[in-house]
Amino acid sequence: MTTGMDPFIPHTYRVDRVRRETRDVTTLELAPMTGERPAFQPGQFNMLYVFGIGEVAISMSGDPAHANSYVHTVRNVGAVSGAIAALQAGAMLGLRGPFGTAWPAEAAAGNDIVIVAGGLGLAPLRPAIYHVLAHRERYGRVAILYGTRSPRDILYHGEIERWRRRLDVDIAVTVDHADPTWHGNVGVVPKLIQRIDFDPRNTVAMICGPEVMMRFTATALLGAGLSSDCIYLSMERNMKCGIGLCGHCQFGPYFVCKDGPVMRYDRIADILVVREI
Amino acid sequence: MEGLERIVLAHPFFAGLEAELGQLVSGCARNLRFDSGKYLFHEGDAANEFYLIRQGSVALEILPPGQPAVVFATEREGDIVGTSWLVPPYRWRFDARAVELTRAIGIDARCLRDKCEADHHLGYEMMKRFLPVVVQRLDEARLQILDVYGKQDKRS
Repeated sequence: MTTGMDPFIPHTYRVDRVRRETRDVTTLELAPMTGERPAFQPGQFNMLYVFGIGEVAISMSGDPAHANSYVHTVRNVGAVSGAIAALQAGAMLGLRGPFGTAWPAEAAAGNDIVIVAGGLGLAPLRPAIYHVLAHRERYGRVAILYGTRSPRDILYHGEIERWRRRLDVDIAVTVDHADPTWHGNVGVVPKLIQRIDFDPRNTVAMICGPEVMMRFTATALLGAGLSSDCIYLSMERNMKCGIGLCGHCQFGPYFVCKDGPVMRYDRIADILVVREI
Repeated sequence: MEGLERIVLAHPFFAGLEAELGQLVSGCARNLRFDSGKYLFHEGDAANEFYLIRQGSVALEILPPGQPAVVFATEREGDIVGTSWLVPPYRWRFDARAVELTRAIGIDARCLRDKCEADHHLGYEMMKRFLPVVVQRLDEARLQILDVYGKQDKRS
């Protein structure tokens, strides 16, 4: 969070642009009503506040290098996210942040990069993808694997097409099920790992998606020879204060809002499988 | 080494197979080509053959009554198609369709089953190769039926 700002006071932002991604997913571009938006790192999140309804943690999904706006991709799953998804251009909302830890995009320079996204998990990874592609020469091989429910649930369709046209990135998309008109991959995203080329001794993996999908993916990466300290996950819990005070997002010895959402797999592997946590 | 034997042993599924066992397996093999849209087999047919995919891709489908087919997996170059030949009643449990021009090696299942029965070393080697595939597909099926990207996926 930016030094000197009270983390509990939301700042007013205006919805500049709205894009309907799928039947229940919307991307909003938000601009501050006054001043500059604070800088953020790929992987961090903001608390978005719909006046009179409530507040929810949403990861940034835009380019951190882009000027004065935040981009958030929201799925309509409840009262607050539904209200955010229904906002039109020109609407106002409150925003606190940025909060949380970041993907190791810069620290991973010199390594192969494997990015694995499941469902809406592509949104929190997109800023890291922008960073890696903008500094492509700093990395070895780069693979982006994306799995989602069905062809009509594919996020950022046009952008994935553009990434796919690049000759220096391996992109693979798979869906859990499809009708016969779909000519792409069908199957779960961890299966794609065996189809890409990377050096397991010099690879950093970043995974974001439903927790079960991340566990299966981490297992597949370990099976491919990656070390558990080179695998990063973005965790999700019930974030409220955003600064590690209220305890709502406690995850074993960690607070996800402060010690996460991006966490190294070797540090959380044991507690990931504890039912009570 | 004959051409077909070389192709069989070059497939990832048979990587590292002893040469003698490779000869036995290759004795049951034939070269196949499926044009786009052509079915390798249909649900309920006798599972008399399994396939090493060399090129192309194959969609595995189930046809719910009165509805369009649902594709639940695609297998590609380096994958195998078909494990129903391993267990009675040796019948396919889904359809397999070539999504594009697909080249494969077909392994005659009865031929290989007989050889495995006669040579348990070969049989054990086959089990060691097929069991991980079956377990992996079971894991994948579990993940699919959880429908993790449904409404409960709140990531954003």
